[in-house]
Amino acid sequence: MLKQIQGSQGVAQAIALCRPEVICAYPISPQTHIVEALGALTGSGKLEDCEFINVESEFAAMSVAIGSSVAGARSYTATASQGLLFMAEAVYNASGLGLPIVMTVASRSIGAPINIWNDHSDSLSQRDSGWLQIFAEDNQEAVDMHIQAFKIAEELSIPIMVCMDGFVLTHAYERMDIPTQEQVDAYLPPYDPRQKLDVNHPVSIGAMVGPEAFTEVRYLFHHHTIEALQAIEKASEDFEKAFGRKSGGLLSPYKIEGADTIVLALGSVIGTIKDTIDEMEKEGKKVGLIGIKSYRPFPDKQLAELLKGAKKVVVIDRALQVGIGGVVTDDVIRATRKMDLDIFSVIAGLGGRPITKKGLKDVFNKAMNGELEELYFLDLDKEVVEKQLKREKEDRHTGPLAEAVVRDSVSIHKGGI
Amino acid sequence: MFQIRLHGRGGQGVVTSAEMLSIAAFTEGHYAQAFPSFGSERTGAPVVAFARVHNEPIRLREPIMEPDAVLIQDRTLLESVNVFGGLTPNGYVLINSSHSVEELGLEDLAAKLPKGHLITLPATEYAMKHIKRPLPGAAMLAGFAALTGKLKLESIQEAFKTKYKGKVAEANGLVAADAYHFVLEAKKKMKEA
Amino acid sequence: MSEHQIKFYQTGTFTVGNRLLDPSQRSGQANIERFNSLNSGHRACQGCGEALGARYTVDAAMKATDGNLIAANATGCLEVFSTPYPETSWQLPWFHSLFGNTAAVGTGMAAAMRVKAKKNGGPLVRVLAQGGDGGTTDIGFGCLSGMFERNDDVLYVCYDNEGYMNTGVQRSSATPPAVRTATTQIVGSHPGNAFGQGKEVPLIAMAHGIPYVATASIADLRDLERKVKKAMTFHGARYIHVLVPCPLGWGAASKDTVKLARLAQESGLFPVFEAEYGEITNVTKIRKLAPVEDYMKLQKRYAHLFGPKADQSALIRIKAIAERNIRRFGLLGDERSEPMPPAVQADERADRL
Repeated sequence: MLKQIQGSQGVAQAIALCRPEVICAYPISPQTHIVEALGALTGSGKLEDCEFINVESEFAAMSVAIGSSVAGARSYTATASQGLLFMAEAVYNASGLGLPIVMTVASRSIGAPINIWNDHSDSLSQRDSGWLQIFAEDNQEAVDMHIQAFKIAEELSIPIMVCMDGFVLTHAYERMDIPTQEQVDAYLPPYDPRQKLDVNHPVSIGAMVGPEAFTEVRYLFHHHTIEALQAIEKASEDFEKAFGRKSGGLLSPYKIEGADTIVLALGSVIGTIKDTIDEMEKEGKKVGLIGIKSYRPFPDKQLAELLKGAKKVVVIDRALQVGIGGVVTDDVIRATRKMDLDIFSVIAGLGGRPITKKGLKDVFNKAMNGELEELYFLDLDKEVVEKQLKREKEDRHTGPLAEAVVRDSVSIHKGGI
Repeated sequence: MFQIRLHGRGGQGVVTSAEMLSIAAFTEGHYAQAFPSFGSERTGAPVVAFARVHNEPIRLREPIMEPDAVLIQDRTLLESVNVFGGLTPNGYVLINSSHSVEELGLEDLAAKLPKGHLITLPATEYAMKHIKRPLPGAAMLAGFAALTGKLKLESIQEAFKTKYKGKVAEANGLVAADAYHFVLEAKKKMKEA
Repeated sequence: MSEHQIKFYQTGTFTVGNRLLDPSQRSGQANIERFNSLNSGHRACQGCGEALGARYTVDAAMKATDGNLIAANATGCLEVFSTPYPETSWQLPWFHSLFGNTAAVGTGMAAAMRVKAKKNGGPLVRVLAQGGDGGTTDIGFGCLSGMFERNDDVLYVCYDNEGYMNTGVQRSSATPPAVRTATTQIVGSHPGNAFGQGKEVPLIAMAHGIPYVATASIADLRDLERKVKKAMTFHGARYIHVLVPCPLGWGAASKDTVKLARLAQESGLFPVFEAEYGEITNVTKIRKLAPVEDYMKLQKRYAHLFGPKADQSALIRIKAIAERNIRRFGLLGDERSEPMPPAVQADERADRL
């Protein structure tokens, strides 16, 4: 059914349709509306046979999910930013144990400096944790991906993060088609665990593994994560058959045929890039886009295949490896290392800075004209940066860095939207 | 695509207005997007919200830099925020105020825009009359509908019914009706002048 | 001729065996049908108090739930010695989580089991969460409090050997003052652990108002079994704190484990009591007060408090702690507690079962 609602509400409804059995949550912006909605659905009885637990920290949230999942229940939680880091030990624990927990990450930057707005630092910080990570382009895809997520995770016994841009998607009102319970039931069967705590078949789970076997355990995990590439594609294909629309999958190409310059991006910025590309097309400039839907596992081969005709690749990277460059850029370089490509790492939208058509057009043009640096910070305010660097050269006691920069930023650029 | 930027202060329901606008557009079969500017919002601080209406799926996510319409829910913002920044040449402006365009010192802007595109509307008065609280959202949206012709009055009233129940929804509906007819009248007068 | 009930007191070892007790009073371990939840073959040290305590605790919980029990276990000695890769000595469904989240994992398990019982019918599977003092009073404290506050249906048992023993005897918030550990060594003007304010987790548990809190020791295993059985008659958050001497960590002879536990209780240093909903309901009395020195002299971790170079003030302060406990809990007395009748369960989620 078509609804015009907030992204968070749509996601909550999608999760409820998946018949979770235990939901645990600790509030953190910008995920709060999702868990609040789920709390209301369970409390009112609309979501039946589901326990909703208000926990005392994100570490507790993931731990409760681990406990319920190992006891055989379909389990869900959500977090962002600092919360994801606070539960990091348990995040690795869940994947190492093979517990198919589904978690929404409402992508948000990580402090210090504290910042509540959208970038990909949080989700990407856990890229080695062993969780699958899929990124939604818009709220319809966020709805759809959560439904696919339960299916993928439970099939493989690997937990999965569904990453949706905080505020930009979670707090935006837009049209979503929310499926019916019958449709979801037909697509997603009840959870049948590979392992569980069962009094009729007692097992010990979570024991220490020594040097003799640790490598094999991790290798098997590595193997199954690679298998996830197929599982993610299949889940998307099955979804299209069942629900009549395309969403999820590994990669989403847009107007790449004949394009020398191809842009790569994750999340909501994909929409803005599509509009930018269409405008540039009218001006006679051909730029293509590949939206990355599955970040972990990273679809190396599939990406290399799609980039066969390209000469330049511009990665819009919303997370920074400090002192190095973009996070996703490294994956792209690895995936295409045998190809002859110019790869540009464009650091954009950190801490929620809007990525505009204007800024993107400028970057794409620069790339096509050979004027783009390999590592480029989009919309960087050089004046503010220079001012601070000068200050630091001249004086030792420059005080807190962030505060100085914010002060300059405001004083140099008063007002504005 | 039609882009609307809404200005107000925290606590005045600016974000809700944008959301209601998107719901109204949805009921008329359009694609619509609404989202707040994501600044730290406190009661009384300037707040901006955005809404886009289109007959195709909306993919753009940037804040609205070139609005086709600007709705200003709090007149005092004229002094402190660049509310008209990026307004398109044929754009619309609706200001919540019982003062005239001249009294607000906006003759120059009015001259630049097509006749009848810049209107002041006593939205808070209507809100106080029916809702008894200074929440001018329904009036602003109905005024927008009348000013631009982009939405029907009934759609605005329907939208408020989805979020509010009973008497509150009804009251907002009355506010909307008052504002709608006021703006229609004002437009007519301006065109005749 | 009048009947005169003879009271039997334990003196060191069991001078009175099961055969003279009513069957209902006998230890679960005496029964050939015992669950053996913690089976033999584990790698605990000779004389390990925790292995003894866990064996009795888990079997008692299994008996009380007719085997419908699953366990979450914190990282620590118990987890390590009971599951030496690739073997396990657990015969019930058992899960090792992390160090600091056992209570939260228990919460999740209990929630899952509630949903499963509702959906599939069948008996409700109950949850036992267990860990050492490190995992309970320090790193796991936040999750523990959260579980208490929500009154989740979990029995949490803390096996307190007063230090991080698994990692080499480091100090925890349960380590008594003046004690030598690897991180509170015998150096400086105040050798050993500092005299802090202490952290009495059983009292903190009581402050949460949870249905059942008890302390116990492996010197009175029947009492421990009784308390576990009683705890399982409640639904909601329950906490049992068991003193389990660690011969290696305490520098004591492995044959003295039970003796140490008894002396800890009889000196007043480890009060043994029960509480329900924040009110104390039962105290195990000290019939004959044991000198604190008798307890401490058996342990090398206290050795620096004795001898000519020792700082007398530490011993005086420790005695004061014992005296304060005696006063606070009313520990001195002659009566032996009668077996308590099962408590009347308050409204803990009875409607949600």
